[in-house]
Amino acid sequence: MRLDGDGLIDRTRRLAFTFDGRKHLGFEGDTLASALIGAGVKVVARSFKYHRPRGIFTAGSEEPNALVTLGRGPGQEPNARATTVELQEGLAAYGQNAWPSVEFDLMAVNDLLSPFLGAGFYYKTFMWPKAFWEKLYEPVIRQAAGLGALSREASTERWERAFAHCDVLVIGAGPAGLMAAWTAAEAGADVILAEEDTRLGGRLNAEVEEVDGQAGSAWAEAMQARLRTMENVRVMTRTAVVGAYDQGTFGALERLEPGRALKGCFWRIVAKRAVLAAGAIERPVAFSNNDRPGVIMAGALRAYINRWRVCPGNRVAVFANSDAGHQTVRDLLAAGVHVSALIDARADAACDLDVPFYAGGQVCDSGGRKALESVSFLHRDRIETVQADVLAMSGGWNPSVHLSCHMGARPVWDEGLAAFVPREGAVPGMRYAGAAMGMFSTRECLESGAAAGKAVVDDLGLNGAEVPVPKAEDGVYQIKPLWHVPGKGRAWLDFQNDVTVKDVTLAAQENFTSVEHMKRYTTQGMAPDQGKNSNVAALAVLADATGRGIAETGTTTFRPPYVPVPIAAMGAGAQGKGFSPERFTTSHDASIGRGAPMIEAGLWYRPSYFPKAGETHWRQSCDREVRMVRDHVGICDVSTLGKIDVQGPDAAAFLDFLYTNMMSALKVGRVRYGLMLREDGHVMDDGTCARLGERHFLVTTTTAAAGQVMRHMEFAHQVLRPDLDVRFASVTEQWAQFAVAGPMSRALLEDVLKQDLANGDWPFMACGDVRTKGVTARLFRISFSGELAYEIAVPARHGAALFDQLVAKAEAMEGGPYGMEALNVMRIEKGFITHAEIHGRTTAFDIGMQGMMSDRKDFIGKAMAARPGLMDEDRAQFVALKPVGTVKELIAGAHLFAPGAEVVSENDEGYITSVAFSPMLGHVIGLGFLERGRARIGEHVRMVEHLKGSATLCEVVAPGGFDPEGGRMRG
Amino acid sequence: MRLPCPICGERDRREFYYAGHAVALERPQEGAGAEAWDYYVHNRDNPCGETRDLWFHESGCGAWIVVTRDTASHAVLGAVLAEEAAR
Amino acid sequence: MADLKPRMPLESLLPMEASGVRVREVDLGALTLVMPYRERDAALSDALEAAQGLRWPEPGRMTGTTGRGILWFGRAQAMLIGMAPEGGLEDHAAVADQSDGWAVVEIEGDRAAEALARLTPVDLRPGVFEIRHTARTELGHMAASLTRTGKATYLVMVFRAFAHTLVHELGIALQGVAARGGR
Repeated sequence: MRLDGDGLIDRTRRLAFTFDGRKHLGFEGDTLASALIGAGVKVVARSFKYHRPRGIFTAGSEEPNALVTLGRGPGQEPNARATTVELQEGLAAYGQNAWPSVEFDLMAVNDLLSPFLGAGFYYKTFMWPKAFWEKLYEPVIRQAAGLGALSREASTERWERAFAHCDVLVIGAGPAGLMAAWTAAEAGADVILAEEDTRLGGRLNAEVEEVDGQAGSAWAEAMQARLRTMENVRVMTRTAVVGAYDQGTFGALERLEPGRALKGCFWRIVAKRAVLAAGAIERPVAFSNNDRPGVIMAGALRAYINRWRVCPGNRVAVFANSDAGHQTVRDLLAAGVHVSALIDARADAACDLDVPFYAGGQVCDSGGRKALESVSFLHRDRIETVQADVLAMSGGWNPSVHLSCHMGARPVWDEGLAAFVPREGAVPGMRYAGAAMGMFSTRECLESGAAAGKAVVDDLGLNGAEVPVPKAEDGVYQIKPLWHVPGKGRAWLDFQNDVTVKDVTLAAQENFTSVEHMKRYTTQGMAPDQGKNSNVAALAVLADATGRGIAETGTTTFRPPYVPVPIAAMGAGAQGKGFSPERFTTSHDASIGRGAPMIEAGLWYRPSYFPKAGETHWRQSCDREVRMVRDHVGICDVSTLGKIDVQGPDAAAFLDFLYTNMMSALKVGRVRYGLMLREDGHVMDDGTCARLGERHFLVTTTTAAAGQVMRHMEFAHQVLRPDLDVRFASVTEQWAQFAVAGPMSRALLEDVLKQDLANGDWPFMACGDVRTKGVTARLFRISFSGELAYEIAVPARHGAALFDQLVAKAEAMEGGPYGMEALNVMRIEKGFITHAEIHGRTTAFDIGMQGMMSDRKDFIGKAMAARPGLMDEDRAQFVALKPVGTVKELIAGAHLFAPGAEVVSENDEGYITSVAFSPMLGHVIGLGFLERGRARIGEHVRMVEHLKGSATLCEVVAPGGFDPEGGRMRG
Repeated sequence: MRLPCPICGERDRREFYYAGHAVALERPQEGAGAEAWDYYVHNRDNPCGETRDLWFHESGCGAWIVVTRDTASHAVLGAVLAEEAAR
Repeated sequence: MADLKPRMPLESLLPMEASGVRVREVDLGALTLVMPYRERDAALSDALEAAQGLRWPEPGRMTGTTGRGILWFGRAQAMLIGMAPEGGLEDHAAVADQSDGWAVVEIEGDRAAEALARLTPVDLRPGVFEIRHTARTELGHMAASLTRTGKATYLVMVFRAFAHTLVHELGIALQGVAARGGR
């Protein structure tokens, strides 16, 4: 029901919304929870396990009960806490975990079965037969349990991620946080003030009290206005700091106000110092049927009355173990709500309020069905019952220590407060203020906030005038610890996961006495609310059951995030094209224009093949391109290969150290194939090395390993050989490079370059500068196809134009562009390796290149490559295979066995790494590794592939069956 | 996590590539025995407490750095350029 | 046969504008990466000053302007912008032409830093990242060079091949800024 007065809502702005299809009205400034209370809705959810009817229990992000689903379709958001959802016009919320509805839920049969569903139920019940788990138990349990569901449609909601930096991060903008932020800001620090709520003030917005001679909420608003004018302060409302990480990094979830094109932002905030002023969370008392709709936390009730002007009933009983009860009664009376009893657990408590007062009383049961009707309590050894449709309870306050524990520290038990407080120095650079450190009066909060602000600016070496601490109410927090009132029925601890006192005591009886074991056995605190309002009471019950103190029992581990963070927020921007960057070559548009399907090579995109009219299968295009290159000429963009420019007096010595072979012996104007090893003796990468000048080399890497090789070279120089005077840089992007391959390649390039390229000046493996159309280009006579071939490189701005012209010329010679498929077929025909072969476990010996390991110098990997096991003749060695039986299929990844040998791993003799159909040889070729392979040329082996169920008899042949002498390449 | 690059100052961990213990600085001389190489390439301590490891400021300035940090508290105690540590 | 018509990396992809933030491609002219040899830093700086009137920049700084300047570009390297590598630089340093290797944009507007904060972990607070400060960092998973060239103007360089992704990422960032409305 809605009370008179404005509170902090705007009565002039009505908002229509629906809950489970029924229309209601609320006001601007309402949360969904306050609007539902205002509309008289009592049951808003069903509990996780027993499907008990549940009502709104708190007024903050700790809410265990009121989880709802917002919207339907792609934007559907499950498990939203009604207490933190801002009301907006047209909001459609739905109850969840119930069928057909939260009001009438058939699954509530679980509640009748509760004697069988206690702690460890799943572990004890669904154990056998084993086969039933996957097929029967799990699907049924998954259907019955759980909270809200996603729509299973791709989300249309947009989130983003961003970074922020500051000197001081203040977490929480209650009186303590406001003072800390103000103090730090006045001293000149860059401050971020992060507040979960839509407005600053914290409890000041929920209580009737004065600060600086005005209403607390008005003071907070004035502070907000003041802070917003300061250039060095960034006020972030709707922003929950969710995690504290190393070196002052914090995660924070910001939700934008409804109606924006963006849902919110996941922030990574880097702060030199932090002030934790996150307040405290009121804790319930466990008694029989304490989960009945109508039972609500006392502090939350005050917030609903004072801030939102709503009350969930009109006859309220109040139960507390501190002065919180009196405070609640005062606010209720001021709002004109009938109070049927004030039950104070403290026997010595006094009361001057005009309500039935029961000192030393303890509530032990609630009556009613889907809504509270009466409250029973133990008073002077008698059980008394009063009529009430609301019970406000308070078991004291737990400081929100969570963020102080994210780096592994445990909080400290404070006997006087009967609560855990944060440990000093738990997070480097973090200080505490206000209720988060157990300062519960407003005056203490303001003072400790100012003190924390002062302390952090002192830490930062900033000087500023101290800010005046405004006048505020002071009070002494007197509490009689009370966790559990004994009784017959079930008494709830964790409302969200349906954990009762009995479950915890059962865990203790069954010897799960460690708090971490109890947690996992009962699921206490493992729901989305992470036990914010129940963990401390649960471990107090465990402490009781095991005869230990609470301090000794300890807490479970607090982990991020403090509030649930949607995966959509953490992964924002990473969908679609944001998943990973795309690298396009200068010929990209031309390839697309020719209809080439693109294939990823690392981050690069390269054309697979260039389909022609009438070709319906990639193999047709590929075979044609292979024949085109072998008979005429083909053009292929090879810009993606890494190019590293190496210069300096010691450049040659450095390359000798990197490569297995001698690059220092390379003549200027010549190119050499080279092999780099890792220090463990295995092959890291291969490529070419061109000597452009006496002190100037150009190293190429494979496309996939370019980054790795660059890192490796920097390591080799900076870490291993800083004595060498050499400098290098990636020039991959500077040059667009194209292979011109095939018997007509010389004629084509002679036409383009208008110069003679005969073998005399331009033999195989020559390199040098050439000019075309006024542009200086680099020409390399190298071949990955086995044909007479060149690679020509021009500054990238000319790449697109050169590609077009080369292709046009090639087409005039019955040639054209070719893609990765044809390139791959040709290198397999030639027995050239790629990273399919040098996959990280092969040595130079394995690929038959042991002769390239120079013994005249040291090089990376030399010592380890010489280990006996890496040069063993029994190792799997690089070979080629061709099918000889009726089955003609070879499959990369398949394993090799001697014909007739049983197909078991002990008989495994090798595997296939690359496969292609050779249009030139007319059969499939496989490359792979076979034990003692080089000595087994001509023998037969059997390829076996289990996934497809293939088996193929093959002959072992030498790699490079096409033009084995290499005459075409040198021609 | 943030690391103090001696050239760029404190930077986010995502800019760095991790490469293990700084024992990698002490490459054995050519001809050192198998044991020395085995230790250099394969054997690493797993200390609880202070350790030195190599990071590459890959999407930053390109410096290899030696970072001293505490594996238990996660405190980063300092960093120097690897080329200086190696000399 | 036609000339080899040059093409800029971001041709036809830019400009774009949102929330008062403008993104346009910049042609910096000649880009030359200069990497001084061991213990030649001072000699190189002198040679540069003699030939170009500009000193070698400190780490994280730029000397001159983006029209003609020297941009620190990483450990022991800097990029000469808009000038020929004259004055015998090769005696003191390795020199590599990078004029075609980079996609370069200028981002300008009061909320430019706000947009960039969605992409880079670098601290861009005006008092920390001042005019002529430069950083090598990540910009949405791309290695980048980021320089503050004016009060609310930034120069961003990524590999040429990343041009499309750069525009995509900046576009998303600007949408994020716009979605928040005015400040």
